Amino acid sequence: MTGGGLKDNRIIEFKEVTKVYGKGYGAVSALRGVDLCIDEGEFVAIMGPSGSGKSTCMNILGCLDMPSAGTYMFRDIDVGRLTRNQRALLRRHYQGFVFQGYNLLSRTSALENVELPLLYRGVSLRDRRQRALEALETVGLTGWESHTPGELSGGQQQRVAIARAIVTGPAVLLADEPTGNLDTVRSNEIMEVLIKLNRYKGITIVMITHEPDMAHYADRQVHFLDGLVVLDQENGGKG
Amino acid sequence: MLWNTIWLALREIKRNVMRSFLTILGIVIGVGAVITMVTIGGGATVQVREQIASMGSNLLMVSPGKRLGPGQSSGNVPFKEADVEAIMREVSSIAAVAPVSSQSMQAILGNQNWSTQVTGSDNQYFFVTNRSIGTGRQFSESELRAGAAVCIIGETVRKKLFGGQEVLGEKIRLQKLSCEVIGLMAEKGQSTMGQDQDDMVVIPLRTLQRRVTGTQDVSLIQVSVRDGASTDKVQKDIATLMRERRHLGPSDDDNFHVMDMKEITKMLTGTTELLTALLSAVAAVSLLVGGIGIMNIMLVSVTERTREIGVRLAIGALEREVLMQFLIEAVVLSSLGGLLGIILALTASLWLAGMLRVPFIFNGPIVLIAFVFSAAVGMIFGYFPALKAARLDPIDALRHE
Repeated sequence: MTGGGLKDNRIIEFKEVTKVYGKGYGAVSALRGVDLCIDEGEFVAIMGPSGSGKSTCMNILGCLDMPSAGTYMFRDIDVGRLTRNQRALLRRHYQGFVFQGYNLLSRTSALENVELPLLYRGVSLRDRRQRALEALETVGLTGWESHTPGELSGGQQQRVAIARAIVTGPAVLLADEPTGNLDTVRSNEIMEVLIKLNRYKGITIVMITHEPDMAHYADRQVHFLDGLVVLDQENGGKG
Repeated sequence: MLWNTIWLALREIKRNVMRSFLTILGIVIGVGAVITMVTIGGGATVQVREQIASMGSNLLMVSPGKRLGPGQSSGNVPFKEADVEAIMREVSSIAAVAPVSSQSMQAILGNQNWSTQVTGSDNQYFFVTNRSIGTGRQFSESELRAGAAVCIIGETVRKKLFGGQEVLGEKIRLQKLSCEVIGLMAEKGQSTMGQDQDDMVVIPLRTLQRRVTGTQDVSLIQVSVRDGASTDKVQKDIATLMRERRHLGPSDDDNFHVMDMKEITKMLTGTTELLTALLSAVAAVSLLVGGIGIMNIMLVSVTERTREIGVRLAIGALEREVLMQFLIEAVVLSSLGGLLGIILALTASLWLAGMLRVPFIFNGPIVLIAFVFSAAVGMIFGYFPALKAARLDPIDALRHE
């Protein structure tokens, strides 16, 4: 079990985080006191059946949702105290998102999709091009820059989405079932990309998955059940 | 960031060319109609002013009834020829006085048939209205006195009836009256309110009275004031004389009206301006309707692009950045509509000006105002959909199907 005392390289720390939806008798507890610490450079797989609270946990990690109680420290920032705009800025500067359904802008080229986050950072056109091309190269899509999502396979679309997530050089990459829509071969390709980003670029990765095969790529697995962490273990035997 | 957003908005518009075009059609028509109305109306007003100016500033019109124009009270006491003679005789500083009575009639020559305005007057009429005889001659004293069956025709009437034929000495029929053409007026062209000033026939006043109307009435007296003399004074003198001749007591209102050019100008341009304002107001309503069209489509667009908005919010777009994006999209859309409307208006105005024979006067301020207004319409009607987009919860937006 990890957790406990504050370490210098800690990037995410949940303390007694709860999340309740609704009020009164109809209230549903999605998280019921979660303690979770993630260090810089870790690759964590979050697993659990649907309704276990893993998606809620991910939304709070991504500052898209707020804990009902408890604290969420991102590095030395108390996320619970931030306004909606401050959380948006935190996402903009430190976090990258990958979704199960890719969520690329349709009828927009891969390059322009990847450039999108840089647009909000006010990066100049030339730098944008340069960095977007580099990100596409990292995910192995050199030569596909001008293709629109409709012209790309699911695996390629997800790689564009990963390129979009890492183009700003985020500290942490949050992936919500990134291989959920893909076959085994494409899934493994995506995992290889994530491993590469984790190992060589030092990006912390938190990934939700319900496929044990994909979870094995990670350094560590965290299992959720009924709003609680029931298992938190290092992956033995692998890399 | 602003240029990027405008560029993004243009790309979004390009992605849905047909829908975008239909969306802005209301704005295009609204802006087009407003500018066209104001341009044509302005041209007509200028034309009216120029025409009146060309008539000279020394013309007075004496008409029975309190005021010339619609709503004239009935039972007016008409003028007689004696009134015309009295004005000439007793009011000083007058260059010419002409009695005028008009009636619309069919002019017939052989199998040619043309409906025209027949005016009964005397030779003073040509002086007062700034007309001259092109070929032929004026009426002789005896013709005027006897009410002879002679006429002087305008260029339009000549064209319609005679074509290329010789006119002098020919006889045309004005309803039942057969009269000899003794003169042809020099061409005067299009006039005030698009009226053809050459579409007329002049006959001696007595001929009209005896053979057509069967009365001794004179419907209008036109007075030309001598150059350098005060029209105000002449106007007052005529009023005093007419009051005396009509036996009006000190407490009675005038039952006639003496108008100078200022009043005539005001009356004629007033009508044009009122009409222009009314038509423009109707056109402006379509701008409003166009704005609602934009709001409608922007709301649809926000719903359609909910996931996109979710992605933008997730990757760190601020509320105000999403708001700006959709607002700018609406403004770019409506401004495009404004630009197309301006092009449409200029084309339509040029064409209409040619058709209606009014001068085309480019009205810079109204083009600018219409453009700014169209952009403002986009901003106002785009604000609500944009706010809706900016306020979306990113989690819900990302889950949206």
